[in-house]
Amino acid sequence: MTITLSIFIPFLAAIFIPFIYKRIQNRHIGWFVIIVPIALFIFLASFIPSIANGSTYMHTIRWIDSAGIHFATYLDGLSLIFALLITGVGSLVILYSIYYLSERESLGRFYVYLLLFMGAMLGVVLSDNLMMLYVFWELTSISSFLLIAFWYHRKKSRYGAQKSMLITVSGGIAMLAGFIMLQSLTGSFSVREIVATIGQYTDEPLFLWAMLLVLLGAFTKSAQFPFHIWLPDAMEAPTPVSAYLHSATMVKAGIYLVARFTPIFGGEAVWFYTVSGVGLFTLLVGSFNAVKQTDLKALLAYSTVSQLGLVMSLFGLGSVALQHGYSPDSVIYTQATFAALFHLINHSTFKGALFMVVGIVDHELGTRDIRRLGGLMAFMPITFTIALIGSFSMAGLPPFNGFLSKEMFFEALVNARNLEVFSTGTVGTLFLVVAWIASVFTFVYSMIIVFQTFFGEFHPERVEKPSSEASFGMLVAPSVLAIFVVGIFFFPNVVGNYLLRPAMTAIYPSFAGAEGLVPHIKAWHGFNPALWMTIGVIILGTILYKLIKYWRGVYTIAPLRWNLDTAFNAGLTWLEGGSHFITRMYMKGYLKDYLVYIFTFFIVAVGGSILWTGSYSFDFTDNSPIAINEFLIVLAMAGAALAMIFAKSRMTAIILNGVLGYSIALLFVVFRAPDLALTQTVVETVTTALFLLCFYFLPEWKKERSARKTKIMNGIIALSAGTIVTVLALAVQGNKMFESISVYFEDAYLLAGGKNIVNTILGDFRAFDTMLEVVVLFIAGIGVFTLIKLKTGKEDKDIEDQ
Amino acid sequence: METLITVLVGLLVTVAVYLLLSRNLIRVILGTAVLSHAAHLLLMTMGNGLKKGSAPLLGENANSYVDALPQALILTAIVISFAVTAFLLVLAYRTYKKTGTDDLHALRGFNDE
Repeated sequence: MTITLSIFIPFLAAIFIPFIYKRIQNRHIGWFVIIVPIALFIFLASFIPSIANGSTYMHTIRWIDSAGIHFATYLDGLSLIFALLITGVGSLVILYSIYYLSERESLGRFYVYLLLFMGAMLGVVLSDNLMMLYVFWELTSISSFLLIAFWYHRKKSRYGAQKSMLITVSGGIAMLAGFIMLQSLTGSFSVREIVATIGQYTDEPLFLWAMLLVLLGAFTKSAQFPFHIWLPDAMEAPTPVSAYLHSATMVKAGIYLVARFTPIFGGEAVWFYTVSGVGLFTLLVGSFNAVKQTDLKALLAYSTVSQLGLVMSLFGLGSVALQHGYSPDSVIYTQATFAALFHLINHSTFKGALFMVVGIVDHELGTRDIRRLGGLMAFMPITFTIALIGSFSMAGLPPFNGFLSKEMFFEALVNARNLEVFSTGTVGTLFLVVAWIASVFTFVYSMIIVFQTFFGEFHPERVEKPSSEASFGMLVAPSVLAIFVVGIFFFPNVVGNYLLRPAMTAIYPSFAGAEGLVPHIKAWHGFNPALWMTIGVIILGTILYKLIKYWRGVYTIAPLRWNLDTAFNAGLTWLEGGSHFITRMYMKGYLKDYLVYIFTFFIVAVGGSILWTGSYSFDFTDNSPIAINEFLIVLAMAGAALAMIFAKSRMTAIILNGVLGYSIALLFVVFRAPDLALTQTVVETVTTALFLLCFYFLPEWKKERSARKTKIMNGIIALSAGTIVTVLALAVQGNKMFESISVYFEDAYLLAGGKNIVNTILGDFRAFDTMLEVVVLFIAGIGVFTLIKLKTGKEDKDIEDQ
Repeated sequence: METLITVLVGLLVTVAVYLLLSRNLIRVILGTAVLSHAAHLLLMTMGNGLKKGSAPLLGENANSYVDALPQALILTAIVISFAVTAFLLVLAYRTYKKTGTDDLHALRGFNDE
């Protein structure tokens, strides 16, 4: 129950922020906000011991039984890791924002969005019901959109926001389709139930589609190739947001999804090849592109892309373990998953710290362009230290946590190469080579961050602001993360036993408690291939870094300059142009055309279905007799109606309309409807008066200047519509399919205490309808009143506005 | 009787649609008025037959009454259609005052591009 509540707390807090912001319009508003993630972090952290002992927490609020949609939360090892990251990094980011954001920014809005995101993200990782997961998933996309566009006056911010929204939301919709397929396969939206029953459905054709669609959602969210293009543009967001959403949490939602769905899809060859292949390729593309960036934030964005690829590929590799059930060999694959989870945590720590460092540099110097920076070490020692720790960890150097997980990554790939599941022989080697090359580039860009920013000569004239070390408050958050980077290196098994063990159980429910599922993490394990690979990375990386100016030219080789952004932009322009063109084709702005569409549709749809179903059988036997006076009334009406079309003056037309109205009143008398006759008489009188009043202001009719062809066309449409109405009505009268309910109202005196049945229906049985009818009258009255009262002076201004 | 009225309804609909498709604003409004007349009559014919029984007033102590339900519906519809007609008329009046035309084709070019 309390876990369910913890999803809502950020949303509730977000509601109150605007009110608090009215009182406290300065940076201190952040102190109120920070309470939320800290409290949640402590609350969630209190679950660590029991979760580590193997318990899980499930809470369901039943909601829509018929559709199987419930508000179900589920806390296990895997969700706990993410929930702790969300609230932990969230606290630090808010702390950092308090000092980072200027008081002139609309802080209220910023924190509302941030809390909105936090709630949505907690919802994603704590949901058990797929529909709930989907809604929260899209909510993270929306809050990310709002945060990227926080400085909405900038064109680039808006562009980045739109791009990220389009890509992640379309991926989300694909994922929704996948979820629905899973539901139709297994009959349940609950992840746990699907995990339990999916085994019998793996041969269904839908299974593969569901898998691919879910992966599409994961890949778009986690910026995997070729969807990674939104992440660099998302860097237009304020730096705390980049640190939080676009490196530590939101982009990991896709990873979470893959991990969560490993028990469902794992063991399938397609799953393995797609996840690992895409992941490794993303790793390579990301790291390769990161090297050429000159903007520190863009560099970090590409590095995030590549690191996400790394984690993704490890999850793919780990899924192989599920193919044959547990055997001693499985450990080789489960280790990959273990490494993935471990690296996930590590990445959040070092990348979060690095983003904050870049934010500090930007904040203090007014630029984050590598070409303009240099020599910052002299006056920013603490920032430099944090940057050094973060970068070296990212490069995979000891004594930082990145070294441990990078070693495990290599080890997993080396081991996987030796095994012949899915005949990975040559592919395995290819994977290994790709991973190694990507790591070399990772090393190079990590060095760029440290050496080109903090070493070399400082040129004060190249930066915007006079420089000094950042304020204490801004350094706290990255320092905490840096301490974790070092701390995890020295005590990795604390993380391993308390956080990773239960998460491993969540991913491999069938292997629970198996030996070797949670390896003992060691910094030193002899000169094994993994270590040699690391040494190779360092040597080649250093050489490449030193010689970078000689090979930078490769980035300008044509094929590398073709990029997906151009394709995306061209596609977007083309789509906009196309839809504009199509809309222009039929949205012409003439009332007549729209009415023609409506009537033509009516004629085709209704007339067509009458013909199609052959339901034009009539039955005239039940007709009442026609008296001569009635016949005359009808004849008069028909004449008046026809004459209306040919009326030369508007006066004739309105008189003819009056004839129609009063004749109907007469007909109502004939049909034994005294109330209607009275009302109709009154209304017709007032309507005619109104028409006449209006004619006083309106010009006399001019002859219709329409072409003859148009008139004939209109005539045909009108005639067809009239015929179809008649045919339809006759068909309905001839085939009464239901008993009339009118008899019920004949007990009016008993039920409603009135003798006039029509009145009791209006005033009692359907009183609400009558009330709403009065509301409609009232609204129309207001409309009439305002339209008449509107002053001319205002009008002129209106025209100017347009 | 029912068939006769239904044919009349068809005729009214034809006239109404023809008026609606014309270019003059007043003709369009007249078209809506005629269309609502047609709808009222159509509702009437949909009941339990016309003229079968006395007026739906229980005080009459008749053996049978005509169908009261369509009557109630029509009563509502009359009032609503009156409101709509009134609103449209005032709208036409305003449009003419502001633009100097009641021709819908001419309005298309006004203040748009």
